[in-house]
Amino acid sequence: MKAVLRLTICILLFWVHPADCQSKMVKIKGGTYIPLYGRDSLKVTIVDFQMDVYPVTNKEFLEFVKANPKWQRSKVKKLFADKNYLKDWKSDTELGDQQSLKAPITNISWFAAKDYCECQGKRLATIDEWEYVAMSNETIPDARTLKSYNEFILGWYEKPKTFNNEIGSTFKNYWNVYDLHGLVWEWTLDFNSVLVSGESRKDVDNDTNLFCGSAAVGATDLMNYAAFMRYAIRGSLKAKYAMKNLGFRCVRDINE
Amino acid sequence: MTNLIKHIIMILKQDKLKIKLSSFLAYLGLVTVLLTVSCVNTKKKTYENTADIPVNREMVAELTAPPHVPTPVGKRLAKKLIVNMEILEKEGEMTDGVKYVYWTFGGSVPGSFIRTRVGDEVEFTLSNHPDNKLPHNIDLHAVTGPGGGATSSFVAPGHEKTFSFKTLNPGLYVYHCATAPVGMHIANGMYGLILVEPEGGLPPVDKEYYIMQGDFYTKGENGEPGLQAFDMNKAVDEDADYVVFNGSVNALTGDNAITAKVGETVRLFVGNGGPNLTSSFHVIGEIFDNVFVEGGDMINENVQTTSIPAGGAAIVEFRVDVPGTFILVDHAIFRAFNKGALGMLKVEGEDNKTIYSGVVQEGIYNPEGGGVQTMPDDGKAKQTVATTEKTLAEKMESGKQIYMQTCFACHQAEGQGIPNAFPPLAKSDYLNANVDRAIEIVLKGKTGEITVNGEKYNSVMTRQSISNDEIADVLTYVYNSWDNNKTNVTKAMVDRVKSGH
Repeated sequence: MKAVLRLTICILLFWVHPADCQSKMVKIKGGTYIPLYGRDSLKVTIVDFQMDVYPVTNKEFLEFVKANPKWQRSKVKKLFADKNYLKDWKSDTELGDQQSLKAPITNISWFAAKDYCECQGKRLATIDEWEYVAMSNETIPDARTLKSYNEFILGWYEKPKTFNNEIGSTFKNYWNVYDLHGLVWEWTLDFNSVLVSGESRKDVDNDTNLFCGSAAVGATDLMNYAAFMRYAIRGSLKAKYAMKNLGFRCVRDINE
Repeated sequence: MTNLIKHIIMILKQDKLKIKLSSFLAYLGLVTVLLTVSCVNTKKKTYENTADIPVNREMVAELTAPPHVPTPVGKRLAKKLIVNMEILEKEGEMTDGVKYVYWTFGGSVPGSFIRTRVGDEVEFTLSNHPDNKLPHNIDLHAVTGPGGGATSSFVAPGHEKTFSFKTLNPGLYVYHCATAPVGMHIANGMYGLILVEPEGGLPPVDKEYYIMQGDFYTKGENGEPGLQAFDMNKAVDEDADYVVFNGSVNALTGDNAITAKVGETVRLFVGNGGPNLTSSFHVIGEIFDNVFVEGGDMINENVQTTSIPAGGAAIVEFRVDVPGTFILVDHAIFRAFNKGALGMLKVEGEDNKTIYSGVVQEGIYNPEGGGVQTMPDDGKAKQTVATTEKTLAEKMESGKQIYMQTCFACHQAEGQGIPNAFPPLAKSDYLNANVDRAIEIVLKGKTGEITVNGEKYNSVMTRQSISNDEIADVLTYVYNSWDNNKTNVTKAMVDRVKSGH
């Protein structure tokens, strides 16, 4: 009953404050591509969907926890969020001094991110959807073979403390989506479905999805290095983990 | 021992005060014998299988940043050793003006030195700092188990993982990060050394230091200032911009040099993190008395340069006998002088003239003359323009000077040459027969057999880098000395020969 009640409140909020609760989305036209771990036989087809233009911000998440006290730091179930959850906030409903309202929300668990999206009638993106949108640069939908594209991503891996930069501070990609690279990592719905085991070298002989991706690491292809690190970070996560460099955004199916 | 004491007390109790002094002494004697025997018996048990060595008590491991190492284990028993290591991604200085984002174990490159003994049960906690961007793990080569611990230590930023292992094999081992892309994690500095000492510890020495070589790949070339990003392509090509000891060019030089005193024995724990290059580790001016080859049990003595593979280590020991600065290098020598693989060991103390005299005598050594030597004929000798022809006397004076600088070493003071090596210029039929030929030899050099005054010579004279004017002077001097034919060689003659008539 409680859940139903909350859902109702959520939906109510959703209808009452559409401007507050719902960030801008853009349509992503579906297509077929080969992900990092793919071969020709493993092509992935993406159907049309909508994606948030920006990652969810501190401000947006603050409003969310005010409306949903169960996601406040002191009230959250330990099963759903570890000790790092909203660690840098001053209190349950106040950001830390160093935190900008317009910076992406981080230190949230997968459960919290998932609930946030569902609360707005959205969901988290799957890995395949996220990677599909993220493989574009400013001008073309699949920039993975471009040196400049890969250098930008690899360069970000070495820039410290980008989590406090404001949303929109990186580039707008082909789909008009911002900040997929260069700000924070992002949760995906099925983050743990492609397993990078702790022993990254072993994956070469593992009969997992990453078989080819891992084998390709032996090649000189820069693309795999950039993407492989995203898969590595996903592999290191558990759903209750909260991390300073990990935020999220939502997507929505297009029902016609 | 405690059993023995109990035994004595028991005997004493039984006999109470009834026993006489003599019998007490007899007992004492017996006990002494027992004691001696039992001393042999209670001598430390040796275990065929190091996995059976029991541990007692817990101890938090002392971790040190390079070039320092923790206290030796000495005679301590095997323990449960708690190791807490933190991973930090942080900016550091590669060399003056060049910054680099290092990924580190414990905040330093190489990572903290871990010192254990065989049989220790190490409880290892790896913490990944919340500000870090990437997951990491650790593969310790001292671990017997899949991935060397990598599988169990894969940890996301802001989290920690604990696993434990028993040190079964003594030796010096590398540890490193093994998270994809493995090469990049290692290239950014994620490696270090863990020492497993044998039972009873390594023999004591006076000084111990921790040195680890690594190769770095930056977007900009060596020396290009500013924050330099990692360059994957160069890493794949094994085209290193920096090859350094302890993470940066100046980590072991100047004020950071390691030190010792004359007469001390120095032990270096030397590792190589790679990711690509094998080190030819050498200390200029020292010979390693002992090298624990590849960090294992085998000891090689009297070694000049020891090879340390990427992902490998060696222990080198040497006694320093004379004071001075000893240079540590990767003897693949361009790495030392052009890419940074250079460190210093400063030794203070009294000179020992028997072992090394220092400079005893200074002199001029001019085996091929004082001019810059080049191989015969590149056709581009420098030219100076003489405006007026000099007098014979002026030419003789100038020529003598040039001769003493350039020709004297081989042809000798009186032009007599050196039998079988350098032909004479004094009263020389070869010289007097053809002045153009003589000019050409000075201009272009001469190789091969010639006959001078009936003697055969087969040697090399390099081209002399002196001006045409100087050639004219020196040849005039030669022709007008030592019973030669008094030809006055002019600059015009030299010019003519040089231009090929």
